[in-house]
Amino acid sequence: MSLLGRIVAGFGRMILALVTLMLSVLLRRTRRRREQAERIVPESSPAPAAENVVVGLLGVATLLALGFIVVYAEWSAWKVSNELLGICLGLSLAFISAALTVVAKRLVVTEEIEHDYPPERHPEEEQQVTQLVRESGSGITRKRLLVGAGAAAGGALGVAVLTPALSLGPLWYTDPLYRTPWKRGIRLIDETGRPYAAAEIEQETFYTAFPEGASTEDIASPVVLVRLDPSQIQLPRERAQWAPGGILAYSKICTHAGCAIALYRKPTFPVLEPRPALVCPCHYSTFDPATGGTVIYGPAGRSLPQLPLMIDGSGNLRAGGNYSGPVGPSWWGVRSGKAT
Amino acid sequence: MRRLTTICTLAAAALLAGTAPAGAQPQSGIVRPASEPPYPTLHLGSELFAGNCASCHGVDGSGVNVPRAGSGSVPGAGPSLRGVGALAADFYLRTGYMPLSSIHDQPGPDRVLFSDKEIRSLVAYVASLGTGPGIPHPQPNSTLIAQGLHLFTDHCAGCHQEVAEGGFVTGALVPPLQSATPTEIAEAVRIGPYLMPRFSTRQISNAQLNAIITYVLSTRHPPNQGGWGIGNLGPVPEGIITWFLAVPLLIVVCRMLGERLHS
Amino acid sequence: MSDAVRFIDERTSSAPFLQKAMRYVFPDHWSFLLGEVAMYSFVVLIATGVYLTLFFDPSLAKTSYHGVYAPLRGASMSEAYRSVLDISFAHKAGLLIRQTHHWAADVFMASIVVHLMRVFFTGAFRKPRELIWVIGLLMLFTGLLEGYLGYSLVDDLLSGIGLAIGYGVALSIPVIGGPLGLLIWGAPFPGTHEFESRMYIAHVFLLPMLIATLMTLHLALVAARHHTQFRKSPKHTERKVVGVPMFPGYAPRSLALFFGVAAVLFLLGGLVQINPIWQWGPFEPYLGTNGAQPDWYLGWLIGALRLMPSFDVTIGHYTLVPNPFWGGALFPLVVLFILGAFPWIERRLSRDYAFHNLLDRPRDAPTRTAFGVAFLTWIFLIFAFGAADRVFVLFQLSYNTQLYIFRIAIWVIPLLLFFGVRRWCRELLLAERIEARQEIAEEEAQRRYAPPAAADPSVPPVRITG
Repeated sequence: MSLLGRIVAGFGRMILALVTLMLSVLLRRTRRRREQAERIVPESSPAPAAENVVVGLLGVATLLALGFIVVYAEWSAWKVSNELLGICLGLSLAFISAALTVVAKRLVVTEEIEHDYPPERHPEEEQQVTQLVRESGSGITRKRLLVGAGAAAGGALGVAVLTPALSLGPLWYTDPLYRTPWKRGIRLIDETGRPYAAAEIEQETFYTAFPEGASTEDIASPVVLVRLDPSQIQLPRERAQWAPGGILAYSKICTHAGCAIALYRKPTFPVLEPRPALVCPCHYSTFDPATGGTVIYGPAGRSLPQLPLMIDGSGNLRAGGNYSGPVGPSWWGVRSGKAT
Repeated sequence: MRRLTTICTLAAAALLAGTAPAGAQPQSGIVRPASEPPYPTLHLGSELFAGNCASCHGVDGSGVNVPRAGSGSVPGAGPSLRGVGALAADFYLRTGYMPLSSIHDQPGPDRVLFSDKEIRSLVAYVASLGTGPGIPHPQPNSTLIAQGLHLFTDHCAGCHQEVAEGGFVTGALVPPLQSATPTEIAEAVRIGPYLMPRFSTRQISNAQLNAIITYVLSTRHPPNQGGWGIGNLGPVPEGIITWFLAVPLLIVVCRMLGERLHS
Repeated sequence: MSDAVRFIDERTSSAPFLQKAMRYVFPDHWSFLLGEVAMYSFVVLIATGVYLTLFFDPSLAKTSYHGVYAPLRGASMSEAYRSVLDISFAHKAGLLIRQTHHWAADVFMASIVVHLMRVFFTGAFRKPRELIWVIGLLMLFTGLLEGYLGYSLVDDLLSGIGLAIGYGVALSIPVIGGPLGLLIWGAPFPGTHEFESRMYIAHVFLLPMLIATLMTLHLALVAARHHTQFRKSPKHTERKVVGVPMFPGYAPRSLALFFGVAAVLFLLGGLVQINPIWQWGPFEPYLGTNGAQPDWYLGWLIGALRLMPSFDVTIGHYTLVPNPFWGGALFPLVVLFILGAFPWIERRLSRDYAFHNLLDRPRDAPTRTAFGVAFLTWIFLIFAFGAADRVFVLFQLSYNTQLYIFRIAIWVIPLLLFFGVRRWCRELLLAERIEARQEIAEEEAQRRYAPPAAADPSVPPVRITG
C-alpha cells in the first residue's frame, strides 16, 4: 500500500473508532435517562400462556374473516347463505373481542388509581367571567333598547328563515282534509278498472271499490261495499235512499288512526252469532254497516263516513253524492265541516 | 266454623261436577249404530245424523232456531243444512269443526271424531237434503303464486294475517292456515265458516282460488332468507329476541369485562 | 414510538391532553358499560347505514317488479320498496347488512332503556349531572323517531300502516293537528312523494347528526364531571374517584366491548330474520293485514291506543280532541316530562340539594326505587297489552277479557308495587343496620374486654359470639 493509502486507512479507522465511542456513550446516557424516569404503570408479570391464547384467538378471527370473503365470492346473491356470512363476520368479531378481553384481563395490568373529582365550583373564575361581561358593557347606556332591537332583528330573521318551510304543505287551513274525489254520478270500479254491477254484489261478503278516474292512493278513494238484507238496515232518515237493494258503501279508512278497514265479519247463524261488522286490524275499531257505520267496539270516536249509492241505467253502481262526513282520522274541528 | 266450610266446599264441588256434563259434552259422545256397513251408505249417514247432528240442526236438517234441550240435556241450536251441499258438510266434518261441544263455542279445527267412511256417509246424506255445491277439486300451481299473494292480501290478509298466521276479529279467533289442505281452503272460501265472509265464484273465480290456495300452501314454508323466521309474526317476536336474547347476552359480556360491586 | 409522539405533539400540541386522557379514571363496575353498549350499537348503525344508503332509492315513483323474488314478480310497488328487495336479494351480503342495521336499531333502543334504568336506580342523575340525564332522554326520544322513520322508508305494508297511524296521531293533536299533519305529509295521507324525501333526509342526516351531537355532549359532560362511583371501599368518596385508567387498563376492555357488541349484532343479522319485507308486500293505503305491529320501542304507544275507550271529546258538532291523542301523543309526552323533570322533583321532595358523586344502591333510596319500579311497570303493562291479539291467538285468552283486566291492572299493579318495593327496600336497609350495629357492638366489646396480649397482631382476637 502507498503512503497516502496508509494515511487514509488509518484516518478512516480513527473516525470509525470515534463514532463507535460516541454512539456507546450516547446510548448509555439514554438508557440511564430511561432508567432514571419513574415507572408510571406498575410492572406486570409476563404471561406467555395468555399471549398464546390471544394469538390463537386472533388466528381464528383471521380465518373467519377470510371465510367471509370466500363465502361472498363463491355464491350467487340469491343462493348465498345469509347465515354463513353472518356467522363468519359475527364470530370473527367475537373472537377479536375475546382476544381483547384476554389482553385486558391478563396481559395488561389493571391498576386502581385515585383522582380528585373536579371541584364543585370555581368561584374565582366564575366571578371573573361575570366581571368580564359586566365590565365590557360599561360603555353601553341603553342596554334594554339594544337588547330589544337585537331580539327584534333576531326574531324576525328567525321567522323569515323558517318561512320557506310553509311550502312543505298547506298551513292554517284544513280544506285539503275535507276533499274527496267522489261526486254524484261517479262510477264505482274495482282495482282493475272494471265497474261494479249492482247485481254482482252478494250478501255475506265484502268488496273494495274506487272512484272511476281518480287515484287509488287518495285516502278518500277506497270504499268497502257490503250488501245486507234491507229489513236489517236502520239508517238515519236523511240517508234512507243511500242503500239501493241493501247495498251499502263506507269509507275504507278507519276514523280512528287511518288504517284500512280490511276485516268483515258475517254471522253464519245469526241466532247465536254477532251481527255483520266492519273491523279495523290496527286497534280493532268495529263499525256497524246496518246503522250508518256507528262504532260498536274499539277506540274510534267517530262513525265511518257513508257514501250514498245509486244504480244507473246499465245496472252499475254510482255514487249518489259525497260522503256523510269527512274521511280518515279525526282532527280538531272535523265534525264542523262536511266532506267536499 | 270449619265443618261449615267443609260442607260448603263439598256442596260447591258437587254442584260444579253436576253441571259439568251440561257445560261440555264429552268428545267421545258420538252415537253410532250397533253395526255399520263396510262402505259408506246414505242410510248410515242418516243414522249418524239423527244421533249426532239432529239435536242442533233439526231432524230434517232445517235448523233449530230456539235453543232447546237436546241429547244429554245440552241445549241445541244450529243453522239449516238444506241446500248447503256436500261442500259444506265435507269441510265441517273433515276439519273437526263439527260436532260442536257447546253451541256457545266458536267452531274451530278440532279432533276428527268420525271415520272416513262415516264422514262420506254423512256428506252424502247432507248433500241429499237439497241441491248444493259438490266437493271442490282445486288445482294449485306454483306459477300462480304472485297472483295468489296479491289476491290473498286483498281479500284475506286483514283477518288471516299476511303470512296466514291467523289473528283476531272482534268476536272470533281467526285460525292460522299452515295445516289447511287445498280442498279445505277451497271449501272454507266458498262457505265462509262462522264469521268468515263467503266468497262465491262470481267474486273469486276458481282460477283465482287456485292462485290463493297456491299462496296459502307456500306459507307452510315461508321464504325465510334472513335466517330463523321466529314465527313470521313481525315485530313482536323481534322484540322478544331483542330483550330475551340480545340484551342478556350483552349484559353477560359487560359482566365479563367489568367488575362487580363486592369483588 | 417516541418519535411518533413527538411528531404529533409538535404539530397539534396535544401531549398534555393525551396524557390526561390516558390516565383518566373510570370507576369500575359492569353496569357502567351499558351506556357504551348503546354507543357502539350506534356506531354499527352508522356503518351499516352508510352501506344501505349506497343502494337505497328514496323514491315513491311506481314501478313493476321483475327481480329474483318470484311471488312479487309483476307486482306494482314503489322504487323505494323495490330497492330494498334488491338489497335483500340482488346484492350479496346486502341482506346481512340490512338485518344487522335493523337489529342494531332494536338493540340500541333496548340498551338505552337498560342504561336509563341503571342511571335512575343508582341516582346518577342527581346534581351535578341533571343535564346529562336530560340529554340522554332526548337521545332516547330522538332514537324512537329515528327508528320509526328508518323502517318506514321501505314503504312495505307493515310500516305503511304504521305511518297511517302516525298521521292519525299527528292529526289528533288539538288545535294544530290538522295543519301539522298536512305540513309534514304535504297533503292528506299518504301525502306527496316529497314525504319520502323528508323522511330520508331526516333519517340519514338530520337525526343521526342530532344524536351524534347529543352523544358528544353527553360524554363530554360525563368526562368533565367524571363518572359517578359506588362506595366500594372507604377510598371511594365524594371527593376522590377511584378506578381504572383509560390506558392501559380500560381501553382494551372498551374495545373488547365494541367488538362484542358488533359480534352480537352481526350474528343476529345473519342468523335471525328481521323485517322480511318481501313477505309483507308493498304498501297501499287501502290494504291491511292482521297483526300489524310497530317495532318494539313503539309498542307502548300501540298498547295505549288500543286501551282507550271509544270517545272523541266534542262540543256539539265540534271535535275538540280526537281519540288517538290520549294514547299516541299525551301519554309519551307525560312520560318524557315526568322522567325529564325527575331530578328536580326528587330534589324538591327529598330536600337534598347537595352534590352527589357517590351512587346509591337501589335499596338506599326506597322511595325513588319504588317510584321507578311502579312507573316503569305502568309503562310496561300498557306495552304488554299492545300484543293482546297475538296472546289471544296463542293462548285463547279472550281479547275483550284482557282489555278489561289491563284497564284495571295498569293502575292497580304499579300502586301495589310502589308500596311493596318501598317496604322491601326499607326492610333490607333495616336488616343491614341491625347487622352493622351488632358488628360495632362486638368490636367495642373486644376493645374493652380483650386482654393486653391481644394487642399483638399475630394473635387472632377473641371473638364473642351471640
